Amino acid sequence: MGELRLMKGNEALAEAAIRAGVDAYYGYPITPQSEIMEHLMAENPIKTTGMVVLQAESETASINMVYGAAAAGKKAMTSSSSPGVSLMQEGLSYIAGAELPCVVVNVVRGGPGLGTIQPSQADYFQTVKGGGHGDYKLITLAPASVQEMADFLKLAFDLAFKYRNPAMILSDGVIGQMMEKVELFDYIPRLSDEQVAENCPWATTGKKKGTQRRIITSLNLVPHLQEQFNQHLVEKYKTIQDTEVMCEQLDCEDADYIIVAYGSSARTSMKAVQMAREKGLKAGLLRPQTLWPFPIKQIQSHLSHAKGFLSVEMSAGQMVEDVRLAVNGKVPVEHYGRMGGMIASPADILQALENFKQSIN
Amino acid sequence: MTNEEIIIAGFGGQGVLSMGKILAYSGIMQNLEVSWMPSYGPEMRGGTANVTVILSEERISSPILTSFDTAIILNQQSLDKFETAIKPGGTLLYDPNGISNPPTRTDIKIYSVEATKAAHEKNMAKIFNMIVLGAYLKINPVVDVANVEAGLKKSLPERHHKLIPANLEGLKIGSEIVKKVN
Repeated sequence: MGELRLMKGNEALAEAAIRAGVDAYYGYPITPQSEIMEHLMAENPIKTTGMVVLQAESETASINMVYGAAAAGKKAMTSSSSPGVSLMQEGLSYIAGAELPCVVVNVVRGGPGLGTIQPSQADYFQTVKGGGHGDYKLITLAPASVQEMADFLKLAFDLAFKYRNPAMILSDGVIGQMMEKVELFDYIPRLSDEQVAENCPWATTGKKKGTQRRIITSLNLVPHLQEQFNQHLVEKYKTIQDTEVMCEQLDCEDADYIIVAYGSSARTSMKAVQMAREKGLKAGLLRPQTLWPFPIKQIQSHLSHAKGFLSVEMSAGQMVEDVRLAVNGKVPVEHYGRMGGMIASPADILQALENFKQSIN
Repeated sequence: MTNEEIIIAGFGGQGVLSMGKILAYSGIMQNLEVSWMPSYGPEMRGGTANVTVILSEERISSPILTSFDTAIILNQQSLDKFETAIKPGGTLLYDPNGISNPPTRTDIKIYSVEATKAAHEKNMAKIFNMIVLGAYLKINPVVDVANVEAGLKKSLPERHHKLIPANLEGLKIGSEIVKKVN
């Protein structure tokens, strides 16, 4: 068993970065995720694993530092909260276009604009529909516990390198700020320069005599070649969609009404489902752990018995659109959520579920 | 079966969040599942602070709650806010210092602990929150004192371990001075 600690989600993610053999973190402070860089600065891993931790001059700088490090085959990451992640969108599009692996963490707060420092899930569209320009996708993981903040950091890097694609960890202020028991995995050594050169035949690790020059770019001015590249991305994304979906299902097998919720909303919804079952209402919870790829088949597997799906999110209704696409009009789909940093309690969600049931019958 | 949902609330600086953290760490030492969810943001920089702590033998669903088994209350604002949020049959523990409108519910168990006074008399303001925690653990021994000690050892850096005996003394004082009110 790994080491047990009581940690905030943000701290657990930062500790996991050191243990996962990450080469570099670049970031700029913003609530509610500042503990990520604070923990890294306090641990000072340059002295132990050799991991670089650098406070950049802005979020725009952070993401472009990640771009540079990733081009060299390094495991590089950044983290921020909503307004800062908006600043990173150009860089993310370039990284996706250059097919580089990296991890970006968004501990979401309420918006739009500077909004509030309290938790929100209103960056779903920005993350899974592409906040930057062009046809690209971010592999998106949604942790719902402190344990998953740690585990998904490692998983995000594994997936990013497997597919040469940026991965996003979409968290929120609740998961970032809360403390839970976390079992930390053992240290994985950082790769040596030789190992990087071997594992990443595409990386700019320095041209040797007799080897080809490697160029990392997202620019291609010849339309048919750019289309070929776009086609390649489409195929890659299809493979990811077919193989990497993760979701947790609780009490869904016989459920009449299924709540679809991720992150902290999945936690409050889990309690609402328990309360509903105690009252004899057959409810279930389907919790996407990957938001892209989205668990379409898992949702569809319940269409034979479910009378309706309720998407619970701290937003005006974003993921609900993907639930509707999956359900494709077969049964009613509605949204329930609070905004602006307000959190729906389990009792609020139970009430919304009962209202939803009533609206169908 | 242990499944205790607690709100701890008071002024920023009273050690509300750290009391919750010590309780949660003790829970880990006792092989329980734990969650600690603070109010965060402007209220931490002066004003009221509160934290929800859950200790359970089972996987914890929502870290965010609107009703509680126990409320540990350290100022009037928090009493006004959380007295009604205690489940019927639940427990309210409060420090009467600064309380001008005492609790009135009759369907809950009410206890008081003169922790501010005791900490002042002993000239040990820093163990105020441990006195309160000691009072709570006397009412509801949800974790063993031995596990509180183990949790302190695990969570505090070595250079602070010399403070552990004073903290344990605080727990003892709290367990001795807690009073049933109703």
